Amino acid sequence: MSNAVSALNGVTWAQGIATVTEVPLQGMITLRGQLTDAKVKKAAMSATSLEMPGHGQANCVDDRGICWMSPDELLVLCPYDAVSTNLKQMQGVLGDVHSLCVNVSDARAVFDLSGDNAREVLAKLVPVDLAPDQFTVGMFRRTRMAQVPAAFWLHDNDSFRIICFRSQAQYVFDLLTVASQRGSAVDVF
Amino acid sequence: MSTRLATGGRLLNKDKAVRFTFNGQQMRGFEGDTLASALLANDQMLVGRSFKYHRPRGIVAAGPEEPNALVNLGVEGKFEPNQRATTTELFEGLLATSQNHWPSLEFDVGAINAKLSRFMPAGFYYKMFIHPRPLWKHVYEPFIRQAAGLGQAPKGRDQDTYEHFHAFCDVLVVGGGIAGLIAARSAAKTGARVLLIEQTAHWGGRAPVDGGDVDGKPVDNVVDELVSELEAMPNVTMRTRLMGAGVYDHGYVLGYERLNDHAPETDGPRHRLWRIRAGHVVTATGAIERPLSFAGNDIPGVMLASAVRDYVVNYGVSSGDRTVIVTNNDDAYRTASALKFAGLDVPAILDARVLPVDSPLIAEAKAAGIRVLMGHGVSKVLGGKRVTGVAVCSQAGEGAVLEEIACDAVAMSGGWSPVVHLWSHCGGKLLWDNDFAMFRPDVDKAPTGAEGSAFVSPVGSANGHFGLAELVGDAHAMGHAAARATGHKPGKVSAPDASSVEEAAMAPVWLMPQGAGAALRGKAWLDYQNDVKVSDVQLAAQEGFESVEHAKRYTTLGMATDQGKLSNINGLAILSDALNQPIPQTGTTTFRPPYTPISMGAIAGEARGTVFQPIRRTPMHEWHDKNGADWEPVGHWRRPYAYVRNGETVHDAVMRETRNVRENLGLLDASTLGKLVVKGPDAGKFLDMLYTNMMSTLKPGKCRYGLMCGENGFLIDDGVVARIDDDTFLCHTTTGGAERIHGHMEEWLQTEWWDMQVYVANVTEQYAQVAVVGPNARKALEALGGMDVSAEALGFMEWADGTLGGFDVRAYRISFSGELSYEIAVHASKGQAFWDALMAVGADLGVMPYGTEALHILRAEKGFIMIGDETDGTVIPQDLGLHWALSKKKEDYLGKRAQERPHMIDPERWKLVGLETLDGSDLPDGAYAVAEGTNDNGQRNMQGRVTSSYHSPNLNKGIAMGLVLHGPDRMGEVIDFPGTDGTTYRARIVSPVFYDPDGEKQNV
Repeated sequence: MSNAVSALNGVTWAQGIATVTEVPLQGMITLRGQLTDAKVKKAAMSATSLEMPGHGQANCVDDRGICWMSPDELLVLCPYDAVSTNLKQMQGVLGDVHSLCVNVSDARAVFDLSGDNAREVLAKLVPVDLAPDQFTVGMFRRTRMAQVPAAFWLHDNDSFRIICFRSQAQYVFDLLTVASQRGSAVDVF
Repeated sequence: MSTRLATGGRLLNKDKAVRFTFNGQQMRGFEGDTLASALLANDQMLVGRSFKYHRPRGIVAAGPEEPNALVNLGVEGKFEPNQRATTTELFEGLLATSQNHWPSLEFDVGAINAKLSRFMPAGFYYKMFIHPRPLWKHVYEPFIRQAAGLGQAPKGRDQDTYEHFHAFCDVLVVGGGIAGLIAARSAAKTGARVLLIEQTAHWGGRAPVDGGDVDGKPVDNVVDELVSELEAMPNVTMRTRLMGAGVYDHGYVLGYERLNDHAPETDGPRHRLWRIRAGHVVTATGAIERPLSFAGNDIPGVMLASAVRDYVVNYGVSSGDRTVIVTNNDDAYRTASALKFAGLDVPAILDARVLPVDSPLIAEAKAAGIRVLMGHGVSKVLGGKRVTGVAVCSQAGEGAVLEEIACDAVAMSGGWSPVVHLWSHCGGKLLWDNDFAMFRPDVDKAPTGAEGSAFVSPVGSANGHFGLAELVGDAHAMGHAAARATGHKPGKVSAPDASSVEEAAMAPVWLMPQGAGAALRGKAWLDYQNDVKVSDVQLAAQEGFESVEHAKRYTTLGMATDQGKLSNINGLAILSDALNQPIPQTGTTTFRPPYTPISMGAIAGEARGTVFQPIRRTPMHEWHDKNGADWEPVGHWRRPYAYVRNGETVHDAVMRETRNVRENLGLLDASTLGKLVVKGPDAGKFLDMLYTNMMSTLKPGKCRYGLMCGENGFLIDDGVVARIDDDTFLCHTTTGGAERIHGHMEEWLQTEWWDMQVYVANVTEQYAQVAVVGPNARKALEALGGMDVSAEALGFMEWADGTLGGFDVRAYRISFSGELSYEIAVHASKGQAFWDALMAVGADLGVMPYGTEALHILRAEKGFIMIGDETDGTVIPQDLGLHWALSKKKEDYLGKRAQERPHMIDPERWKLVGLETLDGSDLPDGAYAVAEGTNDNGQRNMQGRVTSSYHSPNLNKGIAMGLVLHGPDRMGEVIDFPGTDGTTYRARIVSPVFYDPDGEKQNV
């Protein structure tokens, strides 16, 4: 339905050393199960047509992806409108395997952080080594962003995708704009 | 007088004059000056008044150890007190004022304290103001607070911004002097990732001032080469104006970067706190020169010998035309050479030592024609607001004056102390070095990491190596060792070659002259900033304060903003002497971070203004805000307390909303309530353990209210559980409980019941949930159209999936108000649209949104408990009459055994009842009911307390719940609740269900 709106309705900000944009609604499915189980892997791969990521990794292409959350949790990304189809498909693949598949698309907000200083801006807020040779495309981190939980990966070499809880979207947007304020480049990466 | 020299000043850009103001007076300096060097260049020797006696004080040092030259900087939103002039870089338009004087710096009434100093010894405040007790709070403390203290607290809102930065490296080198640069290079050459930080704006530390050759080249050239070499290495990050503030466990280090203190008009944050994770930390933090303790050593113009040298060489500033040098070591002779080289006069060097042979430095001074008096010292310094001369005596004597030498400055050196602060923060131990009379790092007892191996290495003079050759070798080796500790292999690179000037041994001098009498000791300052003298420490020892930590607190030695950088060693030497024990036996006080004070703004980082705290918003937050929401914080959420209309008070709004729910239709944003999906073959078994009730027997499509207790039996949460299918439950928690209960579930699943096949997911925010409540609730949903919500199709405590008004919904028929009530969950992204649709169809049905206070009143009218009101972490279900929710069929549940403990089954536990005042007024929330008699402490006995109290507009009277001794057995009895307003409220014990006790309204 057309009345579904993302937390901040696609807000964007580019008045500092990086650009912050809320990404449109993104389909997300939490899949809990033993990641060593063939059916669990198959459920995630069939829904996305992507390979399983390794520990601490994510395979993301456009609005599809598989993100490693823990040894028994994946975050499956898909188009927002495809969630219920994918959920059914995954549940079909999983069958009797002990697992949990649940739609969390509306529980989250997603931001794109881009620009030459994107790494530095994010490093002000998360306790993660974001040096270009340390955090590379394909890696995925669940962590804290200042005072709230967040997860992120590199969309391409100089833009991050950041996921937070929907209720904290305004806080995270404000954080990113404060951390991108003019004159605040760290100049280390 | 102090002045600017025509030549010298390696750090200055003399082409660029900088104007600044001190105490309203316009002054001039150069780019590259510190505020301290610029003040001296303007002959401003008097820079402040002391803390206790308001004595005139001048600049003593040239670095972060400066105790005296603290100033107020800036005005209003840029105002900051206690800024050290020696570490404040000069900028155009800088505004500084001196501190702690009244009415002016030149004439201070408080200086009368100095005349009374005889009556204000150590512990004076403790002794004088302890009796009579009440006077402390109302008379003494306000008076002392007025008189004491250094800078003023800022009043304006801070205009600047601050931030954090997370940095990672293999080897962190703290300190960019020659030792730090060499250690960084040694480490970097192995391929290790190196972060090198320096607190000042310049590389090289003291080396360019003190001179010497490395690899046959002057050391200042070597510094430049090292900097260029390191800058070109891709694995090295170098930062100036970044101080290592503290070392913590696991290689965590805080760095304090001052970004635009020197250029306040530039964009960007003022300070940045670096949160560094280092594999290994190298502390190349240098050393600090110690003052000597002689009478009048605090008179403006008495300075550290090294500082006098720094001002001449670095800033082209002379501290005086004639400088007497007083020392117990060779290093101060370098100051004599520097002064002579600058064309200044050194009337005498008073050397406390008696040496059989002249060392090269002594011989050099003598050859330059300087009068060297061996075995001599200062009896006292002459002068008031500035030095006019020194009275010379024998060090061995009691201070009999042999001659007076006129001078403008005194350069003193009592030896050097390695800066061991960062080494010590995480447990690095110290050794007493007899040769240099100093504590140095005991490298065999380093701070250790998780693996049990050392993670901090001290180098250079911070490691007690003062000769250039030893220092360079140590830095090179330690740089390699640090790299090796992080898994990097050093190649065979030999240390740079340097030679040290041979120096004669120093002699420890803790008091000058050694036999100084009471009068002299009472004017020999140890701690300039807190006004502690030799006589104070001796008195403390005499009064039994033998532990160095006790003596410190009794005398306040080392407790000022400089944390005793100059005074600690001298003070504990005096204490040791008074206790007649060796110095290492006395030991040091504890070194704690930060190394020098860092701004509160840097600690807070970005967390101010809009991002001070994360505020959680529901999908309908903006609508609430536009419609008069009076916000209430619930956890990090904001929930509307009430929607206030024009002309209404908040109370009016609450009354209106509460009535409307019972009469028409109310909408509540219930999105914040926690929603946890629990799924798996063992989900029922798991929930049977978590809830006190039986959940496994719940049928799909049904809901059940459940209670959750901790292991100790106390209530921790409650909520409605819906069974979705055989394997799946949806557990609702309280608003504040979602994350906590999710964690609670995961903890039990991951630690104790790892064999249970259960997965939990927190889907709280996936749904916007709206409570549709009131006699017209069903009509509203029917107007939306879609699923059947009739009593037959969707009975009380049932749920169903369907559509309403075109929205996919899950409808729960549950009630927390006693009214006909549904809670409708829709995807959060459609929450606002769904709310709008409900408001539209409700327009003809008397719809009003209602807030949390109406929710509370409605539930209290029905006698429903609220976690956090009726419970406070000490309340068990049995206290609240909830026996019906405690399954007797289950073998076990969390809290069951605890609830069988003697204290839990004690019939004396207070129990839940309703309370009604005799006159219909409202009982004060939290009020206690008094009983006869007093307890063992002489306090009035209590027999109950109010847990919730409201004014009910539906019943038109005050209603309350409370926990009362034997409450349920005392129905009708009247008990007394004294209020804080002086009146006593009389209330009757009644049933907690005030409204519709038979539940007819919700079962329609």
